[in-house]
Amino acid sequence: MRSFLLTLAGMALLPIAATPAQAAGKTLTIALSSEPTAADPHYHDLTPNNALGKEIFGTLVMTDENQNVVPALASSWKAADDHTWIINLRRGVKFSDGKPFTADDAVFTFCRVVKNTQSITGAFSPIIANFAAVETPDDHTLKIVTKAPEPLMPEKLMQISIISSATAQHGRITFDLDRNCGVTGPWPTIAQFNSGEAAISSGPFKLVKFVKGSVIEMERNPNYWGPKPEWDTVRLVPVPSGGPRLAGLLAGDYDMIDGVSARDANTLKANPAFGIKIKASNRVIFLQLDVARDQSPYVEAPDGKNPLKDVRVRRAISLAINRDVIVKRIMDGAADPASQFVPEMMFGAMPKPEPLTYDPQQAKKLLAEAGYPKGFKITLSATNDRYINDSQVAQAIAQYLNQVGIRTEVDAMTRSIFFSRRSKREFSLSMGGWGSASGGAESFLRQFVATTNRESGYGTSNYGGWSDPKFDAVIAKASATMDETERAAGLREAGRMAMASLPDIPIHFESSIWAFKKGLAYPGRLDQATLAQFVTSAK
Amino acid sequence: MGTFVFQRLLQSIAVLLAVSIVVFLSVYTVGDPVELLVNPEATELEREAVIRTLGLDQPIWMQYLTFLNNALHGDLGISFVQGEPAIDLILSRLPATFELVVLSLVAALTIAIPLGLWVGLHADVPAARAVMTGSILGYSIPSFWKGMMLILIFSVIFRLFPTSGRGETVNLLGVPFSFLTADGLRHLALPVINLAIPNVALFVRLTASGASEARYQDYVRFARAKGVRPRRIVRRHILRNILIPIVTVLGVEFGSLIAFSTITETVFAWPGMGKLLITSIYRLDRPVVVAYVLLVTFLFVAVNLAVDLLYAALDPRVKLMERPS
Repeated sequence: MRSFLLTLAGMALLPIAATPAQAAGKTLTIALSSEPTAADPHYHDLTPNNALGKEIFGTLVMTDENQNVVPALASSWKAADDHTWIINLRRGVKFSDGKPFTADDAVFTFCRVVKNTQSITGAFSPIIANFAAVETPDDHTLKIVTKAPEPLMPEKLMQISIISSATAQHGRITFDLDRNCGVTGPWPTIAQFNSGEAAISSGPFKLVKFVKGSVIEMERNPNYWGPKPEWDTVRLVPVPSGGPRLAGLLAGDYDMIDGVSARDANTLKANPAFGIKIKASNRVIFLQLDVARDQSPYVEAPDGKNPLKDVRVRRAISLAINRDVIVKRIMDGAADPASQFVPEMMFGAMPKPEPLTYDPQQAKKLLAEAGYPKGFKITLSATNDRYINDSQVAQAIAQYLNQVGIRTEVDAMTRSIFFSRRSKREFSLSMGGWGSASGGAESFLRQFVATTNRESGYGTSNYGGWSDPKFDAVIAKASATMDETERAAGLREAGRMAMASLPDIPIHFESSIWAFKKGLAYPGRLDQATLAQFVTSAK
Repeated sequence: MGTFVFQRLLQSIAVLLAVSIVVFLSVYTVGDPVELLVNPEATELEREAVIRTLGLDQPIWMQYLTFLNNALHGDLGISFVQGEPAIDLILSRLPATFELVVLSLVAALTIAIPLGLWVGLHADVPAARAVMTGSILGYSIPSFWKGMMLILIFSVIFRLFPTSGRGETVNLLGVPFSFLTADGLRHLALPVINLAIPNVALFVRLTASGASEARYQDYVRFARAKGVRPRRIVRRHILRNILIPIVTVLGVEFGSLIAFSTITETVFAWPGMGKLLITSIYRLDRPVVVAYVLLVTFLFVAVNLAVDLLYAALDPRVKLMERPS
């Protein structure tokens, strides 16, 4: 009797233990470390949202894995003059619902970005706010006139996902914001995007299902104009915790994962069933110094002044840090030492910057020259849950500084507190990170090194208060230069000036690591996005 | 009993009000959510626009009064991060947590009560002592490690269950539940085991101590003397009498599991409320945190009321309130 019952129980459990049948066609399952907050591409300017936008919508311009702009829905573009851009649109493109893609859809998209009341932080509206007028001389040409010169127009357009004008009722569409652009019905809402109703795609995939916290399902868009992606169905599963994400890859639940830690990558390298891809990212980890105030909250110097105001002290701090060891030991090799604020391959970066070496003797000499032979006391403030191994890197830096006589304490805190306090200028020496998403070298220099100016938006994160009018002039000129070669030269000049005065000290560039089953391949991306359209099987 | 329930309701309102003030003040004075929400390349002016939209430029007491006013109209705030009403966000994640917790408690009780009764009534048998020692282990092993070990053993090595996530759902009364599908059960297995283990330990100990005490009570002796069969003594007399502490702990456990299964939900990527809470705290999504705490307080109050009413049902000696003599 008992054995009969046991057999019955065993048989009942069998279907539960057996794996479910595979869906027809090729399916790719990717586990993501951060989840898109919505399928609405204009809702929130967040890396995972933008990555999803590139899969289920199209953009006029795309970036390749090294953040160079390449044509997408726009086949070519040129700057007619300082305030005008002519964009030629690709012909013969159809949306997933069969309707043709025309310049009207682009204008509709621009309008929606501004009229989207549901986006909490006005996601991409600053870009559109600079448009004085948008004309459509014909169905496949856009003429954008800007208020201020915008040399980075292609890169700005890369950020805006194009939606179909069929998602709202409209008359004739024009870029007339006061008259609602000719739209007569309601603008599409987040709910309509999440449910798939408004998710009409001109990209490689189209959205099938968006269940927050559970899964995002996409399927191949048969009307895509570009190279056909290999996968019929793609499932994106959010698994924010690193351990379970790796466990899922090992167990075969996922074909690919992102956000792999360097330690795990080294173990996976030895495992013949898996492959990894390491690629440098555009994120630099750097120190920001309080160079403006005579009294800094966390600095205690024997002469009562702020040693950080002296460039020799700043150079000494940089010389005291052994970046190679930090990269090798703390980042497990998944990083590159930085001698400027963007990796050399990016636009406007110095191809051969002067290397920031490790020379504690020279550091001590400089400190003595500056009048601090016995050093001084300082606190290094950092996050402990935002960047890869952030608190360990901060501790290592503190140790190095201690060795040259700068008695450093580390105050590592959770990110929400760190960013709030830093923006209130409560720190003397803080460690942060910055990913240069667009503009190449201009991004960091404009945000952190230029003098803070509320109206122009320069120096928004310049919490150290560095102010050099000569630098401001160079960066302002470069930002407004339409010619690419000239602009790159201007940015290199600005970079040289920034490295000479060192108000911020770069430490290293983080690398992103992806892991996948053997047989798959991914080129990796500088902008750290995980895009299924570029995942191929090696066969 | 009607007066009792009514009195309880009044007390609950007072509790909710007190909690709302404390939580609101503590959450709204810490950190700066705008820094985390806004694009780091945004200008000062854009930042100020966001602050105004979120109502964060008002003085704190003004923000609280606005919140209270909205709450009385059923609006507990709109999430800073998701743009949806906080209550909708939380309630959408409730079914996942609910099925996880209910299944865990059912599994735990099904194992723990019979086991505990046996242990309590045969306390000197070595096996019984082994169970009691083992229960200490079950209660002390950290949940995070235990979850990871379950994944490692049953998912990675033996490939029996999926590593994380929730399975297929079907709608029951319009609410999506996953325990009704085979795929859903496969995904539920490990998180349920993870949550059940410490509860089994807890309830075994509780039942065992209650049973071993009841064993020596007069009414048991008299029943034995009367010739009642042992099975019936256990079922009808002992079990009923030890249920009161079990029901109390069950109420508290149920409430705290629903509210705070954060660790299990994080390890198993289970899309429940606990995970929502921890993410909202990290991202300083204040309306969600406040709404969550208020909801949880309400839940605890409701559970306590249910437990008190159950007492009256279980034990005829219990009087819900003092009658005026």
